[in-house]
Amino acid sequence: MPVLRIPTPLRAYTNGQSTVNVTGNNVSEVLTDLTKQYPTIKPHIFNEDGALRPFVNLFVGESNIKDLQGVDTPIKEEDKVMLIPSIAGG
Amino acid sequence: MTLLDFRLTESNPIPLDGLPAHVGDTPLLPLRRLTSNLSAKVKVFAKAEWFNPGGSVKDRPALNIIQTAIANGDLDNGKRLLDSTSGNMGISYATFGAALGIPVTLAVPANASAERISILKALGAEIVLTDPLEGSDGAILKARELAEENPELYWYANQYNNPANWQAHYLSTGPEILVQTNATVTHFVAGLGTSGTLMGTGKYLREHLPYLKVIAFQPDASFHGLEGLKHMPTAIKPGIYDESLAGNPLEVQTEAAREMVSRLAKEEGLFVGISSGAAAVAALEVARQLDEGVVVTVFPDAGYKYLSDKNLWK
Repeated sequence: MPVLRIPTPLRAYTNGQSTVNVTGNNVSEVLTDLTKQYPTIKPHIFNEDGALRPFVNLFVGESNIKDLQGVDTPIKEEDKVMLIPSIAGG
Repeated sequence: MTLLDFRLTESNPIPLDGLPAHVGDTPLLPLRRLTSNLSAKVKVFAKAEWFNPGGSVKDRPALNIIQTAIANGDLDNGKRLLDSTSGNMGISYATFGAALGIPVTLAVPANASAERISILKALGAEIVLTDPLEGSDGAILKARELAEENPELYWYANQYNNPANWQAHYLSTGPEILVQTNATVTHFVAGLGTSGTLMGTGKYLREHLPYLKVIAFQPDASFHGLEGLKHMPTAIKPGIYDESLAGNPLEVQTEAAREMVSRLAKEEGLFVGISSGAAAVAALEVARQLDEGVVVTVFPDAGYKYLSDKNLWK
């Protein structure tokens, strides 16, 4: 099962969990599963039109999905997906 | 007259004062087209901090922190300057470190923009990348750990708790704004990162203009895209931050700041970074509520370090 790693600022919406086991064949499905498990995280990741907010970065392994196929990037069972926060302060 | 006759004289010296002498005294630029819907008696200005030699407002605290440490003997014996940074402070440390012969080690979150990491490497800084999931707080914790484990190797500059940070703004940014506005500034608006800009500039201006309003702003949520700014309720609070100076911060949404960055470029000719967009959003929000006044904010850096964020410049 793919694993989604959650950054510190979003753990308030995942009951403090730093990793979440998710299901899905691509990034979009994985994120949909995340928001089903933890609905309050949704407005932090998606805008009102249902698109990813522009500053949200997702990595599959070492690669940013912006350099792959965006939210259509395929996800394998053993993949680790990372949601990356912006850089704050100083 | 031949070259051999040429002599430097005291009355006409070639300036040999180096980079540190060129920190500060940045232009105060008016926002013109973005303010056209405001009352004619309301003016909005921004300090153009990318005019500093290291390219950002961080030259001010970095230089003051280094000069204070040298004066106190903290950087003697070849100790390395150590700190955590999201990028700009590191670039300023590395700039003056290279110029003054001080080695620099920086804890930087691995998700810092590629441009920032490339600049730090070009300037010869040693970089310790930290877990991107932990953001800048993870870099702070790493720097603390390195400092505690190797006190003989590092001098920990600690920008979040070092009073030389806010004092830099008390000594330079504040006096510059007072003079540049001819003491007519009524509102000072600044974002919260380390809070040094807000604390030092705000404190100086308030002392000279008791009725001045000091207004802070921060991202509207813990998960945001305003690089360089902190959401204080959910982050490690800087030791130099005193909430009583400005009261409750305004909150700026990342999308609003990004849209403003594009407008600043296209409508004002100001090619600036994301935190400058946020500053403009906050300053214009303050200005809209006024019948008359002079609102001043700080634009921390230019847009070059954000070019890899392709969605930003559409």
